Amino acid sequence: MAGTRVLVGTRKGAFVLTSDERRTDWKVDGPHFPGWEIYHMKGSPLNPDRIYASQTSGWFGQVIQRSDDGGVTWETVDNDFGYDGVPGEHQWYDGSLRPWEFHRVWHLEPSLHDVDTVYAGVEDAALFKSTDGGTSWDELSGLRQHGTGPQWQPGAGGMCLHTILQHPTDPDTLYVAISAAGAFRTTDGGSTWQPINKGLRSSEIPDQDSEVGHCVHRIDMHPSNPDVLYMQKHWDVMRSDDAGDAWHEVSGNLPSDFGFPIAVHAHEPETVYVVPITSDSHHFPVDGKLRVYRSRTGGDSWEPLTEGLPQSHCYVNVLRDAMAVDQHESCGIYFGTSGGQVYSSNDSGDTWAPIVRDLPAVLSVEVQTLS
Amino acid sequence: MSPSVRVTLPPNLRAMARVHGEVLLEVPGEVTQRSVLDALEAEYPMLLGTIRDRRTARRRPFVRFFACQEDLSHDEPDAPLPARVVAGEEPFMVVGAMAGG
Repeated sequence: MAGTRVLVGTRKGAFVLTSDERRTDWKVDGPHFPGWEIYHMKGSPLNPDRIYASQTSGWFGQVIQRSDDGGVTWETVDNDFGYDGVPGEHQWYDGSLRPWEFHRVWHLEPSLHDVDTVYAGVEDAALFKSTDGGTSWDELSGLRQHGTGPQWQPGAGGMCLHTILQHPTDPDTLYVAISAAGAFRTTDGGSTWQPINKGLRSSEIPDQDSEVGHCVHRIDMHPSNPDVLYMQKHWDVMRSDDAGDAWHEVSGNLPSDFGFPIAVHAHEPETVYVVPITSDSHHFPVDGKLRVYRSRTGGDSWEPLTEGLPQSHCYVNVLRDAMAVDQHESCGIYFGTSGGQVYSSNDSGDTWAPIVRDLPAVLSVEVQTLS
Repeated sequence: MSPSVRVTLPPNLRAMARVHGEVLLEVPGEVTQRSVLDALEAEYPMLLGTIRDRRTARRRPFVRFFACQEDLSHDEPDAPLPARVVAGEEPFMVVGAMAGG
């Protein structure tokens, strides 16, 4: 029988949750790296036993951990994220210029195409690549040195590169998103980049047609239709049908179009999930009801999914990297909350149940479907 | 043979280095913050970047160095450490600063 492994990064360590294909009984293993913030963990799609973890601390800096046995044992790999050349400067909150400075790794994306290649999205925003399993890292500096770099500025959480999407068949095409610079695309493996923010509307910036400056929270795609991208922006849920050349809003009947994560169903390219949050000042669900919203029409028309989720007095948040889908025939959806709950649905979101209730605040959730 | 320099690490770094209690280091040449940390990172490379910056070699802001009831955090990295640390009579203490409320 196939297995399921959920990788949970929290404010105080990493947890590995395992089950079989039925996904009803779970084994909880952890905390790994207790006391450390685990911003993200993700396994290689080519070798699921290889898992990377971004371990970080305000005291002791950035550590990258790698497991080659499915998260049972871990070894540190390289943590030297040096910007290429002279780092230059970007905008600060007050409009002054500030030098690029490395803070932490927000997101690790193992390659779809090569088992030893992994990408790291970091704060201050830059993209790094390792071709030796994390033993060494090099910046793909064409992104940071894009002509708009000096105009980039941090969002409230920092100027982080948090989303890395790979084209399923073309290793040279990547999409990244940066808060609060926007989305970018490369088609030459990361040497050159193009901003892909046309159609985004952000009341927080003066020029609505600005090439950069939009606060993109998360992008996702379905591998069967990689030209269709879905975006949860600071405000607005957006869709592109041309690989990011243009975007249009598909927020439709959502009770709030603010939120962080967005995910696409494993087998239905037009089925999309978001978690609406009241506003950027509240950061908790609308009306104290934890509801995942599902669109089966690629956006615009959304239905609330509530069965098994708290529908009163719930004031948790769900962060951008904290939602994932598995590949089982009956697609599983998973998300983690700032209250330490990890919820799962084994039926595409119709019903939900907590796997765990009392972990530290959840920063990231990824899932592996094991054969 | 010169005595070993004793180094204590905060719990998070002891766990990462997989050590219990004090670390004993053979430090070649003059015993300074820099030479002790060089020897520590050579013996335990997983600690690279956790005590001092990989690029600048500067102490991380929330890390402190104590020895012999003194705060040595702001001393020059190449200043000699106290004689009792050099003699192995007192540990060189790497401490995570109290912060966070």
